[in-house]
Amino acid sequence: MTFVKQESGQEGSDDDSDMPGADDTYVPSQRRIDRERYKRTRSRRATGIAALSTLVTAVVLYLVVVNAPGWPRTKETFFSAKYAREALPKVLEGLWLNVRLLLICGVAVLVLGMLIAVARTLRGPVFFPLRALAAAYTDFFRGLPLIINLMIVVLGVPALRLQGVTVDPVLLGGTALTLTYSAYVAEVFRAGIESVHPSQRAAARSLGLTNWQALRHVVLPQAVRRQVPPLLNDLVSLQKDTGLVSIGGAIDAVRAADIIVGRSLNYTPYIVAGLVFVALTIPMTRFTDWVTARMDRQRAQGGTI
Amino acid sequence: MRPASRNPRSPYRAASAATAALLAAVAVGCAPQPENDASGSASASASGATCAKGELSTEASGKLTIATDSPAYEPWFKGDDPKNGEGFESAVAYAVAKQLGYDKADVVWQSVPFNKAFAPGEKTFDFDINQVSISDERKKAVDFSSGYYDVRQAVIALKDSKAAKATSIADLRKLHLGAQVGTTSLNYIDDVVKPAQEAAAYSKNDQAKSALKNGQIDAIVVDLPTAFYITSAEVTDAEIVGQFENQGGAPEQFGLVLDKGSALTSCVTDAVDALREDGTLAKIEQKWLSDAVDAPVLK
Repeated sequence: MTFVKQESGQEGSDDDSDMPGADDTYVPSQRRIDRERYKRTRSRRATGIAALSTLVTAVVLYLVVVNAPGWPRTKETFFSAKYAREALPKVLEGLWLNVRLLLICGVAVLVLGMLIAVARTLRGPVFFPLRALAAAYTDFFRGLPLIINLMIVVLGVPALRLQGVTVDPVLLGGTALTLTYSAYVAEVFRAGIESVHPSQRAAARSLGLTNWQALRHVVLPQAVRRQVPPLLNDLVSLQKDTGLVSIGGAIDAVRAADIIVGRSLNYTPYIVAGLVFVALTIPMTRFTDWVTARMDRQRAQGGTI
Repeated sequence: MRPASRNPRSPYRAASAATAALLAAVAVGCAPQPENDASGSASASASGATCAKGELSTEASGKLTIATDSPAYEPWFKGDDPKNGEGFESAVAYAVAKQLGYDKADVVWQSVPFNKAFAPGEKTFDFDINQVSISDERKKAVDFSSGYYDVRQAVIALKDSKAAKATSIADLRKLHLGAQVGTTSLNYIDDVVKPAQEAAAYSKNDQAKSALKNGQIDAIVVDLPTAFYITSAEVTDAEIVGQFENQGGAPEQFGLVLDKGSALTSCVTDAVDALREDGTLAKIEQKWLSDAVDAPVLK
């Protein structure tokens, strides 16, 4: 809070110390200067106390952790610099597989989930079988444990020796992930579609839009915008579950860490892999926050009727 | 913000005191288990005083708790049942138990995953028998008895595949190989073969077998007796391509796994040594692993 001399109107004189009819250069009253000085000292003091308290807490935590009797062994087992250096390149190499899976499955999941959600919300008796199928699909794949789904698809499908069906564990694993996650995402989209007030659809129809146009231009944009946070949850969750494709033998970040742990019996590589995943999630979260804020701003500019 | 009252019983103080107490409690609660670093050999006195027949300080008194993985693979165990005394390792386990003075009825079996058997940490078994190769890395985490079987690693591929025609390690380099994670078999691929394509690592040998069968990988690496069993009974359209020479000259050996600093290490080692000297181990090997004759050596 600094006082700017040219500033006016913001904080008009709330006492009548400046004389009416004097020249129009505003001179802040003594009382105002005092008040601002007081506010500044208070805020400085608050900052100082917060900093000191944080420092004390950090020192206490550090001392407690480092002086705990189990610390040396914990440090050697979980935070060994030597094994972290050995693990990081391998883990990052494996992470590239996780990232590719996330990007490709993520797009497939969003598209498939949207199709299923739209199929479930179609109106009219003729679409009953489609609605029933979509409902059955989401019920089944939301309830089926992902690991079982992966085992059936990654380990079981190659045994069928089907013509033209890949035996690549990564592709199969990606398929299994897409099946499960599109069921989750379909439900998210459906909840979004159903949360749009019926008056919106009615208004769109009364303007002469067809059912499909109303869905495409009025209902879906609102539904998707509302569901960005839960969608992000599912994407983060998908990103972490990409590691499960390693049951087919593919080497992702988790399995790369696993191999080093298996050799060295030191658990630092797990920590490294875990932190790498966390580091991947944080930018994703910030990005979606930014996108959501931007969408809100754009909507606000549209004005209200 | 009003100034904090000088009253010692102010909520702030109570909270900080409680926090400090909690932190202290957590720190003390994290105290590690004392580690018995007395090496087994130091306290090893073959006098028998410490190894009184049937009266060792076992996990469950009067019982000998032996662990292995589930499923228990042939030819090491028969019918996924370690209790029947059939299969090489089941027979060895009961022979060691007998040597230690425990009858068949006094042996309790426990299921422990392969990787967990030799991971650091407190153990719930007296010893584990699970084709665990003795290695320096593993010795840091657990104790081993002396070796009860000299093992070699072998490569299996489908009969009519290009992998089956490999005659040297250089030929293997171009293949997509697989093995179970945390095994010396996987180490052989990484350290000896150094293939162009990264090896596939499976949680269980079963998954490696099915991947081989379904053509997802060209060849898998397992120990030689397992290789003979797989090719003769489980994946009959596969064959043994060859075996590796021992790394660094010393033969790779399977050992019984005990808790680090276990009081039983010396007794169990004595028992295994006695069984080797009186020819019992050779007899058991002859009975259960006689198929595991030689395979061509890959150089």
